[in-house]
Amino acid sequence: MWEYTDKVLDLFYNPVNQGTIEPAAEPGVAVVFGEVGSIACGDALRLHLKIKEDQEKILDARFQTFGCTSAIASSSALTEIIKGKTLDQALQITNHDIADFLGGLPEAKMHCSVMGQEALEAAIYKYRGIAVADHDDDDEGTLICKCYGVTEPRIKRVIRDNHLTTVEQVTNYVKAGGGCSSCLADIEDLIAEVQQELAVAAVAVKTAIAEEQGSRGAGEQVVTAAPPLPSAVAPLPLPILTNIQKITLIQQVLDSEIRPLLIADGGDVQLHDVEGDRVLVKLQGACGSCASSNATLKYAIEAKLKDLVLPTLVVQEVGG
Amino acid sequence: MVIYLDNNATTRIDPAVLDAMLPYLSELYGNPSSMHSFGGQVGAAIQDAREQVAALLGAEDTEIIFNSCGSEGNNTAIQAALAAQPEKRHIVTTAVEHPAILSVCKLLEKKGYRVTYLSVDGRGQLDLMELEAAMTGGTALVTTMYANNETGVIFPVEQVGAIAKEYGASFHVDAVQAVGKVPIDLSTSAIDLLTLSGHKLHAPKGVGALYVRKGFRFRPFLLGGHQERGRRAGTHNVPGIVALGKAAELAQSHLGNVKREAELRDMLEYGILATIPDTSVNGGGTTRLPNTVNIGFKYIEGEAILFMLNKHGICASSGSACTSGSLDPSHVLTAMGLPYTILHGSIRFSLSRYTTEADVREVLSVMPGIVDRLRALSPFNNDQADWLQERDVALAH
Repeated sequence: MWEYTDKVLDLFYNPVNQGTIEPAAEPGVAVVFGEVGSIACGDALRLHLKIKEDQEKILDARFQTFGCTSAIASSSALTEIIKGKTLDQALQITNHDIADFLGGLPEAKMHCSVMGQEALEAAIYKYRGIAVADHDDDDEGTLICKCYGVTEPRIKRVIRDNHLTTVEQVTNYVKAGGGCSSCLADIEDLIAEVQQELAVAAVAVKTAIAEEQGSRGAGEQVVTAAPPLPSAVAPLPLPILTNIQKITLIQQVLDSEIRPLLIADGGDVQLHDVEGDRVLVKLQGACGSCASSNATLKYAIEAKLKDLVLPTLVVQEVGG
Repeated sequence: MVIYLDNNATTRIDPAVLDAMLPYLSELYGNPSSMHSFGGQVGAAIQDAREQVAALLGAEDTEIIFNSCGSEGNNTAIQAALAAQPEKRHIVTTAVEHPAILSVCKLLEKKGYRVTYLSVDGRGQLDLMELEAAMTGGTALVTTMYANNETGVIFPVEQVGAIAKEYGASFHVDAVQAVGKVPIDLSTSAIDLLTLSGHKLHAPKGVGALYVRKGFRFRPFLLGGHQERGRRAGTHNVPGIVALGKAAELAQSHLGNVKREAELRDMLEYGILATIPDTSVNGGGTTRLPNTVNIGFKYIEGEAILFMLNKHGICASSGSACTSGSLDPSHVLTAMGLPYTILHGSIRFSLSRYTTEADVREVLSVMPGIVDRLRALSPFNNDQADWLQERDVALAH
């Protein structure tokens, strides 16, 4: 059972601001709605806003939600947060604000808060006449996760806003990668990309501060406002190795990662040859004499080599 | 006060079962493998339990191997069947099996086995023609469930078994949901291996059994001591085994009263369909377990329904994505080709011999209100909503 906070349960059992808003009769007041999700995805939110046009102020907010306990609570929370705010203030609201309002959400349910933030944005953009990037056309909105219809900008945004560092987190926040899982590598690349961007931005901020400090002289203290750097994750493209590089690398991994363990058990392994992706090895000593353990050993060596050298490698044992 | 309608997940321990097992948690702590009469009396209790379980299945006592759970039974059965005919590299199973079968099959695919996952129709039923077409002389194993845990749909296992035998394949049946709910007679059956689990039939968690037909060339999965005639190493879970024996005996005597359970199930089913619009039975129109009904409530989401039910002390379960923690709805309902409007809003009620008419009446009295409330919150109320099917194209992979 999910561990929901009392606030989540309270807003689920006693939701506030549910329903729709009638078209405005008063002059100077507009009513719009924005929507995200679909029944196919398992959750959907239609957010209705009543806006005082001259001040761009949210007079009223209502929601209609198809979804689980936390989706309904997040929607209700969102309406409470934005009432009385101007549109510009409302656009500053992140999914974190919604989750915080609820006293937190289980990690796997964070996407409910993201849905709230996105519906808000959709409603405001609609009011302002800004087209929201459609997910399957232009380059800006390249569709990454085809199962849940999640675009590159959405994924990058959630990585940035929430300092996400793993693919699993991205799946928890926007569902991307949670279906057929064929886009997991793409998501990994996006995480690396965002982190690189953040690192570059941080360096730029530092440089700017340093320059400013330099021009002001040493007398003044400047508090840096740079965001904390998430741990750097290097992008992992398939390396292109020459044959020599490949053989050297395989030998290194055998020597440093595998042979010490085997030698300790009275066995050993020797690299015999490398043909394309086939790594031919000779097993010796204690392990070489035991047919059943060889299969296990072969898999273990193969796993290490796949992990540390090239994922396409296969290990074969040669006699001798 | 809890109204427990989640008996396909687990069941309460029958008080008589608890009484039977308690001494083996206190004074009768001997090891049945020991060479003294203090341990020996425990060995006798295990033998009694073996006979009780065998009687429930129409099996011989030597055909019963005690183990820890249904998952162990399923893992063991698959490996044993493959080891029995190592030259054969093909497995036939179904798309709606329990993960304890499907995960093993997925792994075996990586190891070079070919696996055929038979489809099911909209009622959740198999097509025997499809099975026939999938079989080859290289098929080592056919493994299907007896009855589905989510829908209660019963497969025609004897017909499946006959086809498996025709091609020389071993036949395993995951009967975790069926044992104790429908009569099973293995003495006249094509089944080679059958899995059952204690906690689904009012015994405690942590004990199960695997039936292995006499003459089957069984190779053990768990190696070590000589327990279970060398077929499953590991010190016996004596209290659990004694409990499973007692539970099997009670289940057998209860089989005659299963009609009452079915009547209560029907009362629940018809009551919901009659009082709540846009509902349907998943797996309706075919043979089902007497205790199970899975109902789709359109336009609302399963986890939300469960939390509403929970507030009334009613326990049920859902195959919705939000319930499982994965993002995909139940693989069983998905395989049945049900529309998304139903997939995300399906609730399973599973009864037991402890279910009372008052329990069912209580569910029937609160259910319409719960559905109304959630539907009032939902932006969907018909199948034509413009943004309803938006992602169906992308999802239809």
